[in-house]
Amino acid sequence: MNANPRRFVILAAISLLLTGIASAQEVNVYSTRSHYGSEPAFELFTEKTGIKVNFFMGNNNEVFERLRAEGADTRADVMVTVDAGNLWNAAREGLLMPVESEVLMGNVPAHLRDPENQWFGLAVRARTIMYSTERVKPSELSTYAGLADPKWKGRICLRTSNSIYNQSLLASAIGVHGEAVVERMIGGWVANEPEIVNSDRPVLRAIAAGQCDVGITNSYYLARILAKEPDLPVAAFWANQETTGTHVNISGAGVTKYAKNKENAVRLLEFITSVEAQETLAASSFEYPANPAAEPHAVLKGWGVFKQEQVGVAAAGQNQVAAIKLADRAGYR
Amino acid sequence: MARSSRALAVGAWLTAALVALPVLSVALNLTSPRGEVWRHLADTILWELLSNTFWLLVGVGSLAGTIGTVSAWLVATRRFPGRDIFEWALVLPLAVPTYVIGFVFVALFEFAGPVPTFLRETLHIGWRFPNVRSYGGVVLAMSLVVYPYVYLLALTAFRELGANFTEAARSLGCRPAAVFRRVGLPLARPAIATGVALALMETLADFGTVSVFGYRTLTTAIYRVWFGMFDRVAAGQLAVVLMLFALILVTLEQRARGRMRFVQAHGRNVARTLPPLTGTRGWAATAFLSGVLAAGFLVPTGVLAFWSLRAAEGSLLPGNFPALLRNTLVLAASACLLAVAAATVLAYAARFTRSRALAFGTRVASLGYAIPGSVIAVGVLLTLSRVDGIVNAALGWFGDFGAGLLLTGSALGLLFAYLVRFISVAFFPVESGLTRISGSMDESARGFGAGPARVLGLVHLPLLRGSLLTALILVFVDVMKEMPATMLIRPFGVDTLAVEVWQRTAESMWTEASAPALSIVAAGILPVIVLTRLRGMSEARL
Repeated sequence: MNANPRRFVILAAISLLLTGIASAQEVNVYSTRSHYGSEPAFELFTEKTGIKVNFFMGNNNEVFERLRAEGADTRADVMVTVDAGNLWNAAREGLLMPVESEVLMGNVPAHLRDPENQWFGLAVRARTIMYSTERVKPSELSTYAGLADPKWKGRICLRTSNSIYNQSLLASAIGVHGEAVVERMIGGWVANEPEIVNSDRPVLRAIAAGQCDVGITNSYYLARILAKEPDLPVAAFWANQETTGTHVNISGAGVTKYAKNKENAVRLLEFITSVEAQETLAASSFEYPANPAAEPHAVLKGWGVFKQEQVGVAAAGQNQVAAIKLADRAGYR
Repeated sequence: MARSSRALAVGAWLTAALVALPVLSVALNLTSPRGEVWRHLADTILWELLSNTFWLLVGVGSLAGTIGTVSAWLVATRRFPGRDIFEWALVLPLAVPTYVIGFVFVALFEFAGPVPTFLRETLHIGWRFPNVRSYGGVVLAMSLVVYPYVYLLALTAFRELGANFTEAARSLGCRPAAVFRRVGLPLARPAIATGVALALMETLADFGTVSVFGYRTLTTAIYRVWFGMFDRVAAGQLAVVLMLFALILVTLEQRARGRMRFVQAHGRNVARTLPPLTGTRGWAATAFLSGVLAAGFLVPTGVLAFWSLRAAEGSLLPGNFPALLRNTLVLAASACLLAVAAATVLAYAARFTRSRALAFGTRVASLGYAIPGSVIAVGVLLTLSRVDGIVNAALGWFGDFGAGLLLTGSALGLLFAYLVRFISVAFFPVESGLTRISGSMDESARGFGAGPARVLGLVHLPLLRGSLLTALILVFVDVMKEMPATMLIRPFGVDTLAVEVWQRTAESMWTEASAPALSIVAAGILPVIVLTRLRGMSEARL
């Protein structure tokens, strides 16, 4: 079979033409965060600026590998993903570029962004202790490590350690306390024979139904259920308030290294972190706004303010491998 | 004659090589040692992963094999209440994605789920409902959606055997059970083995179900190492272990077929001459098959329907639903035609050339079905982007055209990914069908000077119609459900139903996801019914 060079030239010309036309006033977002596409905050951006936002959605693993394989030819201008570990990995693989923007620096506090400005938090989720309001008094609770106490034997539900949320929780704990302390903590959890489930939501459901009394989940899962079922007998307890603060993680974004619409991409991030967009975003996702000037959803306001772990979400990525190894050694599925 | 033989062999080699490329690119990971990760795994969870994977295969193989074979035998050889409906309806669970059935089962039967809650709080039954997140749970859920592979293949085989054998055996005084054991089972063994092999390859590759049940396998470990420990090479090496499992399966499947030469006897008007199962036996058959169908299809789809009605406050279906449906159907239809065409070339070349090397190459090419979709999809992606790189480099020789990505993220690239992933789903039924056609037919046709193409067209294709339609159904439905490759390789701006389901399930918002998930099932049903009907008709005419 002879390859016909002329056909390739024509194809090339067409694709060149298409990219030329398409890049007028738009920004292409690779997102691994579900439902972001329909979220009003992005529509607001288009409304305000006339810049069209095109989404390409998928699992973190897949979107990440695609971005990597496409290299300099990618159409992605922005990558949106959940969990600092994923963002840290994207920066490490050289998929993102540093962005110098005073607006972004002002909108996003330092512990919620990359020290080298390759990614920025858009929203914050706290991963904390959830308890049954029927069978547990808040005074019985204190820290994550407190759940290792034998009094919780047979009373804990945990999400699997395959979850990146738990990996980040453990990784940042390693950053704060060191490996030995965290290994003891996981060992204690496992000794309490936790029911291991595959997602955060079933943890909350299991607590409500009486299968367990305590668990650890992200804040927005509970907020989302409570907004519909205010009588659910489950409440959030802010862990580690007397010590290092409750673990927080982010959903964040960065501008891709080979962004063709870099200016629009930066404008998008600046807008999404502005107070107006943050409140729109937080209202639909039940996360905490990354911008401290913006107000969270009313349900969350009722939970009060809490002390956040200040280790910096970037640390989570660095210790993630160690966290998984600890979990494997301790037998935490 | 010699020329067309050679053309066939060359075509087959090219196809096998092309499809094997991504598989080999995964195997290439073996060249970079990852001693540290392996030592860690060996010290901690490796043994559990291997033994869990092994026992999962044993469990699903036995259960799905039994359900598939028994139901096919009943439908193919007896008359009983509802038989004509079961004939096509038993294929339906195939349209239920494994991630859906796993989720629905756990949601229904976990402690907080409606079933145990009802027993506990309304009936006050003290008996503790068994934990659904268990070995038994995962084997049951998995078997209920993969048994149709066995059912379809065994059904085709049982029917092609025809009534002659069973009637002969019965007239010699064999009891029905003995006819099944001594005549039906041995003669359909290759088809059953093939069906079980396909079911188990899907089981090996499955990530969704096992993770919902919290059952750790090699597949879940691949993801843990890949994105937890940021080590894609070690993850690729784990995938190679998975491929070894699959190779063993494929070898066992070949052995199970044995050295038997199968000769086809054409059943004439099978359906009309079926002896009835009378009285309680007939109703027992109906009850058994209804149970299978209820658990594998009616319950999951019913629950999805219930949830989608409950979530109906917003709009049930996304605004771009017609486009999603169209994209999904067009992709599934093109992919199944492509895969069956390629599979026919491969199976046919293997028969004609009797080349062991080609047979082995074909086996390697078929492994794409047994490794997790994401892993093989990345293999495809890297292959595509390498081809793009070569094309660009070649173009660069003529000047700077900036051709960019021609295959990566194109519809063509996605079809290639489906081919790599599902070729075995098409190949196995076609090959299994071919072995039931007597070699003497080929010989006499060739004796008259017909080349492979004419033998295929005049002799084999008409006899193979049932197997070809089986292959089409299987690939079509598999493509509709496929998630990772679609997500990874689809063109920018082209979404499918599976992608929509993912968007809604990613944060476990299953009630919101149930409408699109249900539409995948619904869109899968129609072709299943049409094709099984077509198949029934084509066989009745033989």
